[in-house]
Amino acid sequence: MATATAPAPSRRRRSANAARSARKIGLGLLGIVGMLATWQLIPTLGIVSPQYLPYATDTLANLFGEMRDLEFWRNVGRTLSLWGAGLAIATVAAIVLGTVIGLFRFPRKATHTTVEFLRPIPSVALIPVAILIFGLQPQAGLVIIVYATFWQVFVQVLYGVADIDTVARDTARSYGLSKISQFRSLIFPTALPYLMTGLRLGAAVALILTITAELVIGIPGIGSQITTALTVGDWLTVYTYVLVAGLLGLIVNLVFRFVERHALSWHQSVRGEEVL
Amino acid sequence: MSLYTTTVVTPPPARRRWKSFLVQVGYALGFPIILILIWGIWTGISPQKFFPPPLTILEAFIDTWIGPAFVTDVIPSLYRLALGVILSIVIGIAAGTLIGLVRWLRELLEPTLEFFRAIPPPVIIAPVLIIFGIGDDARVIIIVAGSIWPILLNTIEGVRATDSVMTETAQSFALTRWERLRYLVLPSASPRIMAGVRQSLSVALLLMVISELFNNASGLGYKIKYFQTNYLIAEMWSGVLLLGLIGVLLATLFGIVERRVLRWYHGIKEVERA
Repeated sequence: MATATAPAPSRRRRSANAARSARKIGLGLLGIVGMLATWQLIPTLGIVSPQYLPYATDTLANLFGEMRDLEFWRNVGRTLSLWGAGLAIATVAAIVLGTVIGLFRFPRKATHTTVEFLRPIPSVALIPVAILIFGLQPQAGLVIIVYATFWQVFVQVLYGVADIDTVARDTARSYGLSKISQFRSLIFPTALPYLMTGLRLGAAVALILTITAELVIGIPGIGSQITTALTVGDWLTVYTYVLVAGLLGLIVNLVFRFVERHALSWHQSVRGEEVL
Repeated sequence: MSLYTTTVVTPPPARRRWKSFLVQVGYALGFPIILILIWGIWTGISPQKFFPPPLTILEAFIDTWIGPAFVTDVIPSLYRLALGVILSIVIGIAAGTLIGLVRWLRELLEPTLEFFRAIPPPVIIAPVLIIFGIGDDARVIIIVAGSIWPILLNTIEGVRATDSVMTETAQSFALTRWERLRYLVLPSASPRIMAGVRQSLSVALLLMVISELFNNASGLGYKIKYFQTNYLIAEMWSGVLLLGLIGVLLATLFGIVERRVLRWYHGIKEVERA
């Protein structure tokens, strides 16, 4: 992809690149087909009973059947809206607090140990607390999602804001830039790559915690579909929704990688690849 | 101002060291102490149903976890966690190096592995438990199956990004395959690998707790869930505290290991920045 935008590559090199990327896509597809074939073979050969590991063909057929059901899309929507709400709240809180704390020496030093202690606390530890306070409600899940996601973004914003080039800062000061334009053209661009990394990691973590909350607390969504299917021993549905969860995760990863690349198209880390 | 400071007698270094030490301690402990004090005063003035005072939690912590429960519940959980993490690291780095070095293998497997990485780990718990039984092994498998992906994919990426000039240099100096792996490929991939390990650790801890919530009668996660469903509030908070301490301990351990493994890398970064 990167070479396609490079200035006028020779025709032969371009066709070599095309062949290489065609090979890459072909091999990748082959890998996926191979994976599905292995999956199909395991129950066929009786390594695992088909009752507990349904055939790949059956699961895919079931997935396409579910996709025609409106309730399926409602569940996807429930999961995604809980995920989105958690991610949004965590991101806003992390940006505000991270900027305020990261820009000034005193709060940064004073909160250092607290942050280092609170950050590694696994958010699942808070599940019982959240259930006690909010009951088996979406709010309980939201608390856990926000807690886990907040630290991912917050720490990155903290590093990003502190990473300002001293020469650039002194230049901005001596040119008498106002606080607002300093923020707009100095602090924000410096912190943006960090923020994007935090967002990408945070989005994945938020999805993990959303599904976890649905599984453990029983908030309606993809996770609770798995729990319900488990209680009646419907393994076909369990595997179908495991597949759905994986696909959702894949889409979230791809979207955020895309957003990151575009938001940072001016940045060395993205631009640098194109020059080569 | 600088004129006057030269005439001021500087305090003896020992005292200054004391003072700066006290300032450091103040910065480190000031804010946490204030937070705990606020919590203590708040719960002291108006007793909360779900937020016991800090001293009660501390008491519950000592009563609950220091004693036989440490052996029956905490040790098995930590053992499974450690085994799962070590297996993930070993398998992840070994497989990742192989896949990263062999180009067709990498192109064959990468999309599939990306999919596995994207699966939110908690959803695989039920399938693993039904296929591998509900014993200790199955729970270790759950931890490995969930936390191996960041290490594996980061190793692949790191191995692939080995500097081509260095690879060619190693070739022209006729380094053996093994030497090249030991002195070039793995060190140059290690910053990426460590970043993967860091992500894996938090997933592993999550899976340790969640895997114990499903049909199991021992372990830290099970215990905390038991306290919560039986409204043993202070005991439940003490469990949260213990999990937090384990998380902090893991992060500290990782920090020490990372600093040792990546000492050369941080050195280079510092030189570049200066």
